[in-house]
Amino acid sequence: MSKQINVALIGNPNTGKTSVFNALTGLNQKVGNYPGITVEKKEGICKLPRGVKAHIIDLPGTYSLNASSLDENVVIELLLNKNDKDFPDIAVVVTDVENLKRNLLLFTQIKDLEIPTILVINMADRMSRKGISLDIAYLETHLKTKIALTSTRKKEGIDNLKELISNYKEISTQPCLDTTTIDLSYFDSLKKAFPNQLLYKLWLVITQDVNFGKTDRKEINAVNDFKTKSKTDLKRLQQKETIKRYQFINNVLKKGQTIDLSQAKDLRIKLDRIITHKVWGYLIFGIILLLIFQAIYDWSEVPMDFIDGIFASLSEWTKNILPKGAFTNLIAEGIIPGLGGIVIFIPQIAFLFLFISVLEESGYMSRVVFLMDRVMRRFGLSGKSIVPLISGTACAIPAVMATRNIENWKERLITILVTPFTTCSARLPVYLIIISLVIPKGRFLGLSYQALTLMLLYLIGFATAVFSAYILNKILKIKSRTFFVIEMPNYKLPLLKNVALTVVEKTKSFVFGAGKIILAISIILWFLASYGPGENFNNAEDIIRTKFATDNLSDNDLQQKIASYKLENSFIGITGRAIEPVIRPLGYDWKIGIAIISSFAAREVFVGTLATIYSVGNDDEATIKNRMAAEVNPILGGPLFTFASGISLLLFYAFAMQCMSTLAIVKRETNSWKWPILQLTIMSTFAYIVALLAFQFLK
Amino acid sequence: MHDTLAHLKKGERAVIMDVSSNLIPLKLLEMGCLPGNSVELVQVAPFSDPMYLNINGSHLAIRKETAIHILIEKVANE
Ligand SMILES: Nc1nc2c(ncn2[C@@H]2O[C@H](COP(=O)(O)OP(=O)(O)OP(=O)(O)O)[C@@H](O)[C@H]2O)c(=O)[nH]1
Ligand SMILES: [Mg+2]
Repeated sequence: MSKQINVALIGNPNTGKTSVFNALTGLNQKVGNYPGITVEKKEGICKLPRGVKAHIIDLPGTYSLNASSLDENVVIELLLNKNDKDFPDIAVVVTDVENLKRNLLLFTQIKDLEIPTILVINMADRMSRKGISLDIAYLETHLKTKIALTSTRKKEGIDNLKELISNYKEISTQPCLDTTTIDLSYFDSLKKAFPNQLLYKLWLVITQDVNFGKTDRKEINAVNDFKTKSKTDLKRLQQKETIKRYQFINNVLKKGQTIDLSQAKDLRIKLDRIITHKVWGYLIFGIILLLIFQAIYDWSEVPMDFIDGIFASLSEWTKNILPKGAFTNLIAEGIIPGLGGIVIFIPQIAFLFLFISVLEESGYMSRVVFLMDRVMRRFGLSGKSIVPLISGTACAIPAVMATRNIENWKERLITILVTPFTTCSARLPVYLIIISLVIPKGRFLGLSYQALTLMLLYLIGFATAVFSAYILNKILKIKSRTFFVIEMPNYKLPLLKNVALTVVEKTKSFVFGAGKIILAISIILWFLASYGPGENFNNAEDIIRTKFATDNLSDNDLQQKIASYKLENSFIGITGRAIEPVIRPLGYDWKIGIAIISSFAAREVFVGTLATIYSVGNDDEATIKNRMAAEVNPILGGPLFTFASGISLLLFYAFAMQCMSTLAIVKRETNSWKWPILQLTIMSTFAYIVALLAFQFLK
Repeated sequence: MHDTLAHLKKGERAVIMDVSSNLIPLKLLEMGCLPGNSVELVQVAPFSDPMYLNINGSHLAIRKETAIHILIEKVANE
């Protein structure tokens, strides 16, 4: 069959829409036990019985059709726009059996838009624990719909749902509530003015613009006349509507649902007495953070050494089997170590994603939001900002997206602006290699100096984020109404499959994403480093031979001198030395300068860039770390990577905005170039100044 | 005069009496915070803000600034 039907998955946050989506489409979109995991529309295809194909759209969760945050607005915009190519032929409202009453509110609203609607009652596996039983036939009649009782965890009910979707023509489009009963006279006049329009839809358009700001909707013009009612009046009507809907729902559920409270076990409240406690709550949070940190630093050491070894031998092996030459050097000493510089971080990044996804899947994140709201508010943030700040330790991009469920625009903007200060996983490669070069090996209170330095860098990142939020909160003059509601979902045992999937997917995309950039940059850099303009480059050999003619150098040393002279006069060397004056006060040489510039594409490119440049500059076999240790400061003599220049570099990377993708996402999320440009300039200037001060004080 | 939700102590229960204040977001009503529904204060963060409530089976946290507009009548714990 050629016709595809559009199916939209709609429902309250955290009811399992994405889980149903994954079950229908076989895709693996991210699932998590936190209201607001999905913040964008996601699409997939599902094959239905009898050859019908369905185009399934997963939407962000929403409590009702009256949006109060950006992610919720996506749903309303879709449902109010019949011309949208994704406008659903069928709405599938996904509900959580434990919260059926509240979930049905949205269901009745969708029904009133007269879209064929199927009701999915999900999480059926939890019914017996909660003592819930349902009279499905009764509910189907009174809610004028078809019901699929599903459990995506147990893989039950999905076939039934597919069957229902394929028979969507038989589903009633009768509304649940007679809209006119909200206010007879008002709706009568509305009806007269727009005889061809659905009343409830008109009502939504009117209230939506009032609630959420203007949207460009060509379909219904001239509703402006009906905003004559004051905001307060409109809101009163919306309250009345809500009460009416709940009356309807209560009536249906009185017969359709029985809850035997003596059967219900509520672990949530018992656990939350401790987990959200004034003292224990914070203590537990602290311990969890320490544990994460410990895992990232200590537990990953063994697998990391293992990977390091593999790449060293791989590079050796390539050198042996390929013919000797410059190109082999590029592969063996530029690309392989460059990629190795990323692959080596797989264990740490996997741990990071593992913990974040367990925190999300268990339901703990909402508790952290609760515990931190008051503190964060002091700094102009919302408790909900803690989620982006924590997940920002993995990557700023999803973190910036995760701000979408913050209702207050000012709090959201500030969160977006400060999130890139948190130490993301791309900084880890840079931090670790520099730390291992410049921080001594000793121990303090059982913790190694190196681990402490890393911990300190994380703290600095977090503190800077919070502190700049405080300043932004004072500077930014944005008025926006604050309000804050967050649901405390039931605790759930994280599903191994979901956690594993997140870890694998995220790690894979980190490695491939970074790998591609590194490969491209290595090759470009290698060419720029292997060729150069003019006399100095072409006659390097003669120049050096004449210069050192009397010095009686060994052949090897002479070759070394020639190679580095060539490098200095190559395209990259010339560029590098042109910018050297700017970075010299920070304690860097031109090679680090090039590495900094190339890592504006992405921070993790730093190590790969140095590997490539060094591979052209000399050709003894050593790991990238040994090479860095052997570099000599061109001015001061002595090692290039000293305590002072190392700290300076660490601080530079802690503060600088070096990530194109983050800038792009900030542009998209704030809908203007102003904020990302501001972010780039301020963060980078700040980084420069701090790095400068650090080097000048410490040298 | 009724008490407001902000007066509720940890573990106490009440019935919601009035939510008509303009400062209460519609979203809260839609989440079940409606007159006649029962509410229990499950937990408070330091300085009683935010407040973790169980409203008719919905577990939510709201800020104190919202709670002071919700009028309630306490019920004795059985
Ligand atoms: N016990 C049980 N848990 C489920 C079931 N379906 C989903 N979950 C869990 O419920 C949580 C929420 O699932 P999601 O699919 O992310 O929910 P969502 O509706 O897409 O959430 P948002 O995108 O945040 O609105 C996850 O922790 C799932 O593992 C189910 O049938 N039974
Ligand atoms: Mg989702």
